[in-house]
Amino acid sequence: MNVVVCVKQIPDPAETGKLNPETKTLDRSSKLILDESDSYGVEMALQLAEAAGGGTVSLVSMAPNNEVSGLRTALAMGAESAVLVSDDALAGSDALSTAKVLAAAIGRTEPDLILAATESSDGYTGTVPEQIAAVMGLPSVTFAKSIEVGDGSVSVQRQTETGYDSVTCPMPCVVSVTAGVVEPRYPSFKGIMAAKSKPVDEVALADLGIDAASVGWAGGGQEIVQIEEAEAREAGEKVVDEGDAHERIIAFLEDLKVL
Amino acid sequence: MGISSLWVYGELADGALSSMTTEMLAKARTLADDVAVVLGTDASDAVAAEAGAHGASTVHATGDLAGGLQGVNVAAAIAAAVEAGTGPAAVLAGTTYDGRDVAARLSVALDAPVITNVVDLEVDGDALVGTEPVFGGTTNVKTRFTGGKAQIALVRPKSFVAEETGGAAAAVAALAVPDSGAAGAAKVVDTFEEQSDGPKLDEAGFVAAGGRGLGDAEKYAMVEEVAQLMGGAAGASRAIVDAGWVPYSSQVGQTGKVVKPDVYLALGISGATQHLVGMKGSKHIIAINKDEEAPIFGVADLGIVGDVHSVVPKLIEALKARS
Repeated sequence: MNVVVCVKQIPDPAETGKLNPETKTLDRSSKLILDESDSYGVEMALQLAEAAGGGTVSLVSMAPNNEVSGLRTALAMGAESAVLVSDDALAGSDALSTAKVLAAAIGRTEPDLILAATESSDGYTGTVPEQIAAVMGLPSVTFAKSIEVGDGSVSVQRQTETGYDSVTCPMPCVVSVTAGVVEPRYPSFKGIMAAKSKPVDEVALADLGIDAASVGWAGGGQEIVQIEEAEAREAGEKVVDEGDAHERIIAFLEDLKVL
Repeated sequence: MGISSLWVYGELADGALSSMTTEMLAKARTLADDVAVVLGTDASDAVAAEAGAHGASTVHATGDLAGGLQGVNVAAAIAAAVEAGTGPAAVLAGTTYDGRDVAARLSVALDAPVITNVVDLEVDGDALVGTEPVFGGTTNVKTRFTGGKAQIALVRPKSFVAEETGGAAAAVAALAVPDSGAAGAAKVVDTFEEQSDGPKLDEAGFVAAGGRGLGDAEKYAMVEEVAQLMGGAAGASRAIVDAGWVPYSSQVGQTGKVVKPDVYLALGISGATQHLVGMKGSKHIIAINKDEEAPIFGVADLGIVGDVHSVVPKLIEALKARS
């Protein structure tokens, strides 16, 4: 079974983000790391390939400046190879453009299953996996809590507001995986060393047959018209617990008349 | 000029329009001349009456989808209406499991962008302008549609206040669903309701939420106990959802649920921007954290610098003594 996992390389979320004042987009010029959300998709893919008795797990990513450090992390977990789309014309791409590019890159392989996180930790539009499926004309199931691979189809528990739906879907298909449903493995030392020599196929838009005018700033169909500081919430009282902090909380709740 | 026709993707909860849907209707009727609800199931008389009371003229209902998913089918139906010239100029959907699927599929079908995570909307000429909070809500970015195509926006819950206008029942119109072929092949074969006591996380007046500072998964029981004693709901930071301690449905934050309770009690949550955006609209915030520099204290009305493992058990005892 061939599984392709879409992964995103993002600025370290522990660092304060900033907008580039000229382009009004998130500054991604610093070192990028593997989005933690994507480690669940990679782990899920590795487990499903093992359960299916073999197969390949490969990665697809789009990033500026031919960035590969996040991809190496996912390769160190056990993915075999990666396709990286990097092209200056992609700067400013919205979710739809991103989905078109990833779909074209995925289409170069013949996967049975395409996995992704439900949303990235930096842009968090949460639309790209479903858009990839739509561009490729494939069925999809989003917000998977679990995936079982059967004969030519998958059975997915899909998160709902009140529980979950059991959904069957023929392959090939796209499934987005919620965080926390599997435990991502830590790359072993051997894995990290092996990842350095695993193939990363770096491609540009022209290699995918995509017109640069249809993506990036030109293809957006939207413009950022204003950036403003949001109204800040004032901090209140801060007290150090001396063993009676619970009484302060009770008094606070009594004042609000919720107790 | 202005938006001539706007459709709100409607979702049902216990047979009535969801709060997400009525919130969007409240805003929609200030944006467009004509507002309708599009529903991926049958429209009952009660739903038509409710939609009308919230300002919709029409409910476009696909009828039962026979297990087909909302996203692919509702999007195909809207796209077909747009292409036939009977569809809307703009579509709003909630940032929900199905709402995101509908918006994503529709954007590809119409080759039109989606403005996501919108907390406010206004009209500029004939274009919608959406406001999206970034960096944990410290900065607002306003984005305007420019393409002249259908305008699709994904709205975050609790951005608007639902309010009835007293309008007459909406007309119900059948909306044809074109066959999506292979893309529509996923089917719901069974539905499971998870039992949960007490109010829903995003509707509760009191929310107690736990984070990494709890130390380990078993300590989350403290959070649930406080929530239960207060008649509220228990939530979680992304860190402990990612760690597998609690399910995704409990997550509060940018990538989870938006909550605006009367009181939000943050237990061992540092207050990453990711989390703050989902809860800083709460009326009152109490936070307990060991680290006095934790960002959560920047939004807390009452901040306790202390160990949750010593404060919370005492709080539970004090609450029990009162009940």
